[in-house]
Amino acid sequence: MSKRDLVSITDFSKEEILALLEKAKKFEENPNQRLLEGKVVATLFFEPSTRTRLSFETAVNRLGGRIIGFSDASSTSTSKGETLKDTIKMVSNYADLVIMRHHLEGAARYAAEVSDVPVVNAGDGANQHPSQTLLDLYSIYKTQGTLENLTITMVGDLKYGRTVHSLLMAMSHFKPTFNFIAPDELRMPEEYKTFCRENHIPFNEYTDFTEDVINQSDILYMTRVQRERFTDLMEYEKVKNVYTLHRAMLENSKDNLRVLHPLPRVNEIDTDVDDSPKAYYFEQALNGVYARQAIICTVLGL
Amino acid sequence: MKKELQVAALENGTVIDHIPSEQLFKVVSLLNLDQLSNSITIGNNFHSSQLGSKGIIKIADKFFESGEINRIALIAPNVKLNVIRNYEVCEKKNVSLPNEITGIVKCANPKCITNNEPMTTSFKVIDKNEVKIKCKYCERVIAKEDIIIK
Ligand SMILES: [Zn+2]
Repeated sequence: MSKRDLVSITDFSKEEILALLEKAKKFEENPNQRLLEGKVVATLFFEPSTRTRLSFETAVNRLGGRIIGFSDASSTSTSKGETLKDTIKMVSNYADLVIMRHHLEGAARYAAEVSDVPVVNAGDGANQHPSQTLLDLYSIYKTQGTLENLTITMVGDLKYGRTVHSLLMAMSHFKPTFNFIAPDELRMPEEYKTFCRENHIPFNEYTDFTEDVINQSDILYMTRVQRERFTDLMEYEKVKNVYTLHRAMLENSKDNLRVLHPLPRVNEIDTDVDDSPKAYYFEQALNGVYARQAIICTVLGL
Repeated sequence: MKKELQVAALENGTVIDHIPSEQLFKVVSLLNLDQLSNSITIGNNFHSSQLGSKGIIKIADKFFESGEINRIALIAPNVKLNVIRNYEVCEKKNVSLPNEITGIVKCANPKCITNNEPMTTSFKVIDKNEVKIKCKYCERVIAKEDIIIK
């Protein structure tokens, strides 16, 4: 049997994604299932990310597994010049599963090649972060009851935001309609628009963040507009508050609309939205633990 | 008008013709011709009605496997290969891009693992006409003009 890894969301078919979401639902109903009893999971965070690491480690603990690893590469032999290959070869002798985050793009794919045990990518630079995508999908599935035929509006940094790109690819199985709202400098890259056209997925592009578009949407996926992404800081000053969601803007939105955000947010969602029943970003983060329990069990064939 | 042979005739071997002049020496290095002991004639800046200026390589007693020769399709997709046996052209071949390119190209993304770890690069050819390749690791798509040969 060939080894199963999760490096990119495109490694999973539509059926596998749906099966995984069903698994996540089971874990939400009953989070403590000792399926990893006697197993050792390595969490290798060559780049620190407390949020993602705690979510994965909570998932492992809820499954009864043991954890080895590090949260910062400066304390490891990598900082003494050991290659990624050697680190992975060593760790995959000890552990039954490797969960890794790395600042270099493609690091997880390479680790999956050299590792004898499954590798789950917890983020490789600006490239992929598939567990975020699966928790986004689970949040959409849970709040909408389906993934089919939804109108998904993505707002903010659509150029560099890897979460929106992966979500777009993953949703392409489910006949979505997309609205892309971004400043000119941070528009959705051409390759993703081409992908939509080739797959007959309708999309609209806007630079204005208006209630008109919000009112058509089932999901409003907000992202950070970061200052360092702008070559022209004047441009940043002009747009920085344009892509902020305020509670009043949700007044005439659909009842089923939910607001998602990969967190942490800065000012793109006003705190007055937090108490709205349509705000879903904090629950979304909790769904990450269930989605990650499902990911771990899926790659281990449990 | 009789066309004169621009380089001495070959008894057995391969003639690689219609190489864009500026790519000639890259082709030489991609095919590792410097490591061959065969007689090799390399000519450059010959007149070409299609290319303006072209290069030609003649290698005695050398017959390429398609996997070996196709790697030059990356930089010189329109070259013509003449296989010579007994002073006669016995086969004419074009080169075509393989589906996967391993080890020849450097990834254009400085933050790619392949540029930071001793390892072999690998790319999927996603568009053979436009020559677009995608890094198997960082998933960056690289267009023809940005392809860097190692
Ligand atoms: Zn790369």
